[in-house]
Amino acid sequence: MEFILNFWVELGAWAQGLLYGWGLPEWAVNLISDIVGVLILVVIGIMAVLIFTPMERKVIARMQDRPGPNRVWPYGLLQALADAIKMLTKEDVIPTRADRALHMLAPLIVAIPALLVYAVLPWGPNIIGKDLNIGVLFIVAIASFHVIALIVAGWGSNNKYSLLSAFRVVNQLMAYEIPMVFCILSVVLFSKTMSTQGIVEAQTIPYFVIMPVAGMIFLISAMAEANRSPVDLLEADSEMVAGYMIEYSGMKFAMFFIAEYVNMFAAAIIISTLFLGGYKFFGLENAAPVLTPVIVFAKSAFVIFCMLWFRATFPRVRFDHLVGFAWKFMVPLAMVNLLLSALVVKIPVGSANVEPWVQGGVMLLSNLIIIAVTIFILNRAARKIEDAPALKRIVAVER
Amino acid sequence: MQVPLSWYLVVAAALFCIGLYGALSRRNAVAILMGVELMLNAVNINLLAFWRHVEIVRGMLSGQVFAMIVITVAAAEAAVGLALVIAVYRSRRTVNVEEVDLMKL
Amino acid sequence: MNATQVIFIILSAVALIGALGVVVSRNLFHAAIFLVLSFVGVAGYYVLLEAEFLAMIQILVYVGAISILIIFAIMLSRRLMSPEFKARNEQWLWALVAAAALFVVLVVVLLQVNWPVAQANVPDGTLVELGKAMVNPDQYLLVFEVASVLLLVALVGAVVIARER
Repeated sequence: MEFILNFWVELGAWAQGLLYGWGLPEWAVNLISDIVGVLILVVIGIMAVLIFTPMERKVIARMQDRPGPNRVWPYGLLQALADAIKMLTKEDVIPTRADRALHMLAPLIVAIPALLVYAVLPWGPNIIGKDLNIGVLFIVAIASFHVIALIVAGWGSNNKYSLLSAFRVVNQLMAYEIPMVFCILSVVLFSKTMSTQGIVEAQTIPYFVIMPVAGMIFLISAMAEANRSPVDLLEADSEMVAGYMIEYSGMKFAMFFIAEYVNMFAAAIIISTLFLGGYKFFGLENAAPVLTPVIVFAKSAFVIFCMLWFRATFPRVRFDHLVGFAWKFMVPLAMVNLLLSALVVKIPVGSANVEPWVQGGVMLLSNLIIIAVTIFILNRAARKIEDAPALKRIVAVER
Repeated sequence: MQVPLSWYLVVAAALFCIGLYGALSRRNAVAILMGVELMLNAVNINLLAFWRHVEIVRGMLSGQVFAMIVITVAAAEAAVGLALVIAVYRSRRTVNVEEVDLMKL
Repeated sequence: MNATQVIFIILSAVALIGALGVVVSRNLFHAAIFLVLSFVGVAGYYVLLEAEFLAMIQILVYVGAISILIIFAIMLSRRLMSPEFKARNEQWLWALVAAAALFVVLVVVLLQVNWPVAQANVPDGTLVELGKAMVNPDQYLLVFEVASVLLLVALVGAVVIARER
C-alpha cells in the first residue's frame, strides 16, 4: 500500500536500484537518471500538444454551437496526429533570397525555451526536474529568451510582413513581460522564496484568493506572452497573415505550432503553481502523493479552459490599444499591488507570529479596495469621454 | 580539483582582447557597441571569478554586487548609445563612424 | 580532468566562438546572433562560479533586453548589404596587433602569479545575503540607489534622443 501511495518516488528509487545492481558507477547512474528525467519531461511537453490541440478546437466549437473535428477516431480526439501527418508530408520551401542559416535556425531556437521551463515545475512534493532556489527567475529569463527566437524567424524570411510582425512581437512581448514580473514579485514577497517548490509549500491559502488582482494580471500577461487570442494579432490570418511564420511550411511550421502549445501548457502550469496552489488539494497530497501529478494536470487543464474561453468570447484587440493597455493600465496596477503586498508582509514584523489567514485577509481587502478604486476612476474617465463636445456633435449630425 | 582561478582569468583576458579588436577595427557604430559589450562581459567574469575564489570564504559579497552594477551600467550605456546611433542615422543617413566627422579639423 | 573542467572547456569554446563571430562576420545580423551565443556562454560561466542569480540576471538583461536593442538598431539603420561597404576600417591590422599584444602581456603576467586555491564548499543562503546587502545602509544601499537613478536618467535620455522630430 505504501508503494502505491508513494508510487512515483518509489518507481524512481527502484529504477536507480536496478542500475546500481547492474554494477554501474555512481556518475553513470546519475547521468542515466538525469537523461531519463529529461526525456520524460520532453515527452510530457509534447503530449500537451497532442492533447490540447483537439481539446481547443472541440471546446471552442462547442462554445460556438457546432460539433468541431469529429472524423478522426471517436469524437475527433486524434486530430493532432492527423495534423502532424499532414505537416510532415508538405514540401519544405526556403525563399530564394532569405538568409538560409537564420531561416533554418529559427524553428530550433523557438522550441528550446518553451521546453526548458519544464525543468523547474513541481509535479509533486518530491517530483521536480531540479529545484533551483531561483526557480521563478529562471522562468522569467527563459521567457525573455523566446523573443530573440521570434525576431530571428521574422528577419530570416526576407519578407516585409514577416519583419513588421517581428517588430510587433518584440513590442507586445516586452510590454507584457513587465506586469508579469511584478506579479511574480508579489507572490515571492508572500512566500519568501523564489523556488517553485517553496512557493507551493508556502501556499496554505492559494494566492489567487489572497491577491485576485495579481492573479488576473498574470493570467492576461501570460496569455499575451503566449500569443493567444484575444491578443494574437501576430499570427491571425486577417491581421498579419501568420506573421513571422509566413514563409515556413512543413515540419518547421509544426515546430512553431508545437512551441506555442508547449508554451501555453507551461504558462498554465506556472499559473497553477504560483496562484492556485500547485499540487496541493486540501491535504490530499499528504495522504496519497501518487495523485499529485493528476492534481497538477487538473488545475492546469482548468486554466487552459479559461484561456480557450477567452479566445472564444472576446474579439481581437487593436495593436496600439493592446500595448497601451499593458503600459498604462497593467503596469501601474501591478506596481500598486506590489507596494501593498510589501506593506502587508513587512509591517507586522514586530509581532512575530501573524496568522497566515490574517495576512491573507488584509491583502484580499486591499485588493478589493484597489478594484473598487480602479472601477471608479475608469467610470469617471468614461463619463468624461461621453460628455465630450466633439462626440455630441457627431451624434447630433447622425440623428 | 575544480577549475583553477588562472583559467578563468585567461579566458576573460581573451574575451577582452577580442572585444577590443572588435571595437577598434569596425566601421559600423553598432558593431563597435557590440565590442564594448564583450569587454564588459569579460570584466564581469573577472569580478565573479575573484569573488568565488577569494571573497566567498570571508562572507563578503562585493564581487556579486559589483558585477550586478556593471550589468546595470552596460544596459544604460547600450540604450543611450543605440539611441545616439539611431539619431545620427536619421539626420546623416549613415552608420559609418568614419563619415561622421563634422567636428574634425 | 574532471567533469567541471570539461564543462569549463565547452563553455569557453561557446563564449570564444561567439566573440570571434561578432568581430569577424560581415553580416551585422549574424554578428548579433553570435553575440547572443557569447552571452549565453558567459551565463554558463556564472553558473559554474556558484553565482546563479547573476547568471539569470545576465540572461534576462543581456539576452532579453540588450540583444534585442542591438537587433532593433541594426534593423532601423540598415545599410543594404552592399559589397563595397567594407566591414573593417584601415587600421584593422594595428588593432589586431594591439589586441594580440595585450593578450600576450596579460597571460604572461597572469601565469606568473601564485593564485589562491578556492575552498570547495559554498555557504548556502547567498541569495538572501545579497538581498539584505543591497538595502543595508552600511553596505550597498547607496550604490543601489545611484544605479536606479542612473537607469532612470538613461531611460529618459534615450527616449529624448531617439524621438522623431
